[in-house]
Amino acid sequence: MTAATNAREAILNSVRSALRRGPLDDARRAELDARRPHHTRPAQDEELVARFIRKFESRAGTTVRVASRADVPAAVEAYRADKGLPAHAAVGAALQDLAFPGLEIHHDPAGISETMAVSQALAGIAEPGSLMMASGPASPITHNFVPDDHVVVLDAGAIVGHFEEAWEVLRARAEGMPRATNIISGPSRTADVEQTIQLGAHGPRRVHVIIVG
Amino acid sequence: MEIRSKEFKQRAVFAIHDASLQQALGKARGGFVGKRAQQAAELPEFEQLREEAKNTKNHILDNLDHYLERYEAAVTAAGGHVHWARDAEEARRIILDICKRVDAKTVTKGKSMVSEEIGLNEALIEHGMEVVETDLGEYIIQLAHEPPSHIIAPAVHKTKDQVSDLFEKAHGGPRKTEVADLVNEARRVLRDKYFKADVGITGGNFLVAETGSSIIVTNEGNGDLTQTLAKVHIVTSGIERVVPTLDDATLFLRLLARSATGQETETYTTISTGPRRAGDLDGPEEYHVVLVDNGRSKMLAGRFKDMLRCIRCGACMNHCPVYGAVGGHAYGWVYPGPMGSVLTPLIKGLDNAYDLPNACTLNGRCASVCPVKIPLPDLLRELRHMQHQQDITPVMQKRALQVWRYVATRPKLYHALEQVGARFLSAIAKNGSIRRLPLAGAWTDVRDLPAPAGRTFLELWQGKRGQK
Amino acid sequence: MTESPTRGPRVGLFATCLMNVFRPNVGFSAVKLLEDAGCSVEVPANQTCCGQPGYNSGDYDAARALARQVIETFENYDYIVGPSGSCMATIRHDYPVLFQDDPMWLPRAQALSEKAWELLSFLADVLHAAPADSHYDGTVTYHDSCSGLRGLGIKGQPRALLGEVDGLKLKEMEDSEVCCGFGGTFCVKYPEISEKMVEDKVRNVLATGADTLVGGDLGCLMNIAGRLRRINAPVKVFHTAEVLAGLADGPGLAGAAKESD
Repeated sequence: MTAATNAREAILNSVRSALRRGPLDDARRAELDARRPHHTRPAQDEELVARFIRKFESRAGTTVRVASRADVPAAVEAYRADKGLPAHAAVGAALQDLAFPGLEIHHDPAGISETMAVSQALAGIAEPGSLMMASGPASPITHNFVPDDHVVVLDAGAIVGHFEEAWEVLRARAEGMPRATNIISGPSRTADVEQTIQLGAHGPRRVHVIIVG
Repeated sequence: MEIRSKEFKQRAVFAIHDASLQQALGKARGGFVGKRAQQAAELPEFEQLREEAKNTKNHILDNLDHYLERYEAAVTAAGGHVHWARDAEEARRIILDICKRVDAKTVTKGKSMVSEEIGLNEALIEHGMEVVETDLGEYIIQLAHEPPSHIIAPAVHKTKDQVSDLFEKAHGGPRKTEVADLVNEARRVLRDKYFKADVGITGGNFLVAETGSSIIVTNEGNGDLTQTLAKVHIVTSGIERVVPTLDDATLFLRLLARSATGQETETYTTISTGPRRAGDLDGPEEYHVVLVDNGRSKMLAGRFKDMLRCIRCGACMNHCPVYGAVGGHAYGWVYPGPMGSVLTPLIKGLDNAYDLPNACTLNGRCASVCPVKIPLPDLLRELRHMQHQQDITPVMQKRALQVWRYVATRPKLYHALEQVGARFLSAIAKNGSIRRLPLAGAWTDVRDLPAPAGRTFLELWQGKRGQK
Repeated sequence: MTESPTRGPRVGLFATCLMNVFRPNVGFSAVKLLEDAGCSVEVPANQTCCGQPGYNSGDYDAARALARQVIETFENYDYIVGPSGSCMATIRHDYPVLFQDDPMWLPRAQALSEKAWELLSFLADVLHAAPADSHYDGTVTYHDSCSGLRGLGIKGQPRALLGEVDGLKLKEMEDSEVCCGFGGTFCVKYPEISEKMVEDKVRNVLATGADTLVGGDLGCLMNIAGRLRRINAPVKVFHTAEVLAGLADGPGLAGAAKESD
């Protein structure tokens, strides 16, 4: 305990002595805590859903747009059939309001042999065309990374322009920051062998977004 | 990792004559540079973001103690633990203690340069743990028993053929020769490791004081599997990686992937806040952050404060012609290229890395692409100055400088010697150039010396205009 | 200092060490270009080196000693102009840094810094001059020397000026902005690395098919010319000023390649 305290104090003191000052006073601390940065946001002049689709697909992600939430199971089934996947999936409990006829589903974490997962996104970020997933009892993290195929339901109205707006969505949550916030921009990839891009390094080989609305 | 920077010259020459290495470096160079240039060109705000990033980092560094304390409080509030390590030894001990307490047998790792810096793998293996690097590049070099040669592309020095050989030896045949098959094989092998890991260790690209979160950025998803499936997640990070808010992290995220791999964004940006919560179905039961100082707080004091802005994108080495010629291993420690040539002498001692600040043409290309505008050539020159002050500079060079200064501050003597030189070199030249010159082998071994015309400009000028 | 309408600016020519010894023709080309553009040019006899070798070797005291000499020699001119991005970047950027803690010399260093110009950018940006009636028969490729490019922003000016030369075709090489491996004392301290770098540069030069290479810094040019000559490649090397002044006759730096049979 003392070693730990010593290390902490030693490092903080070393920082302060390098900066040639003592600890900051309360007024300065309050000022720093109140700081709200306004960094430059890259200009966007594109409709948010269109931009999200364009950007997400530019990195080998796929999308489909449906009119309402009721259309989601059919879209999932169409994807499954198209890819010739087995008729079972890990589905986040966030989607438990939907029935998936013909699909054997469970809400548990994805196991090592899981082939497909279906998840609900918290938001989309149009700037880079990325999904924002918030972990929780109804959205296990393993669904995002373990199966080969990841199908994500994203409400068109949940697509924001810039990262900063996505952070506002997180800050507005009653439960605060998720334990894991996964921003996903397409299928897993690597270029570690001779800079050759290969999809499906460790995470999903395919990510398919069903945009609702 | 033991420092071998004293062998820089030998290692560099060896690297230049390593055909496989040269083949691998040749393939890498164009890709990184071209893609980054394209990304920078496609974002009109790019230069403005660089300037803001520099200023924001400076603000953070000026208030580093406060942001670290605020970060620590937020991590604790989220149920995590922050540990402080003054040096590499202390960092290793903290992590070992955690691993031993949970009786860890398998430890998976996402890419973390700090863990290389503190020599973590060796320590864990010494204590009987199986350590598995999960980033494909790191995995390849772990199989080769080599350190990374690049901070974001650790196996950039390996050709596909070499990877095929390593995989065949480690996993058995048949030998795979296609990139897709190699990647799939690693995927299959590493899957098991993620699921049986007791502890998962990752780096931290950013530590967010506002939320107590650590952020990692990856393309493969290995970092997420590492930190999600292990019982314990440990983040290793330098103290300078803290940022005040998510909005500040965003500023750097906009620059990081573009500068590093030339992508608009990497595939996964993951914000981790504390351990698994009540009701959660997965995620680690414990969440620890090890904040490593290891010389950083001292760097805050002077000229090298600028170096603490570094966000470890690797753009400086991608654009460095010396790195491009010799690769990362020649540098002899964890951090190669321009940023490594500044950091290594500062962390490991000026005299242990004499060549690193000197093996640079000060061409400035690194600084021109650095997303946080670190004046790398100026810092390298400053290190040369320190070497000069501390008598680490070779005696012959110091003598030569003294003679040069003596002569150059005496114009008449200087001009007389220039005239003698011009006449001598002109006399021994053939067809305008000199093929071999005694005592100048370092020049003439590589190239001819263009010969002077015989008389110096000042001589000729005075002849022409002097009478006027 | 105000310029009288009848007399152009009074320019002190900085005769760089390499130019003075190895390529006086560059000096005469510079004088011609400056005089053609209306300057009155003087070459002070009391000058030697800008001090960069000391500065880049970490011997700041030696660099300051040389800097003081340059300041004293040139501070009474309207401008100090030299045919080298490297030396002029030292005077422009490094002198004020060298004297930042010296209240006596700092103002003098800053004053000189403000009127220190590399030749081609001076011609283009200050004098808005175009080379008069120059002619060059050949295809030319241009190497961007690092100090000029990144230290002084020299990129478009020499190309624009070369574009005015009758008969000259400009063909860009790949990686024209990448260092050639000279780097001052670097090239003799790390000859093998330097060799690799100049090899890459020469490969890019040859790939253009140009018969002439030009650039703005003699250090780089001697390095590249020496390598071209070593492999007997038939590419002539000139300083940009020589071409612009119409004085690029003869075989160029390092002489001509042997006729192959």
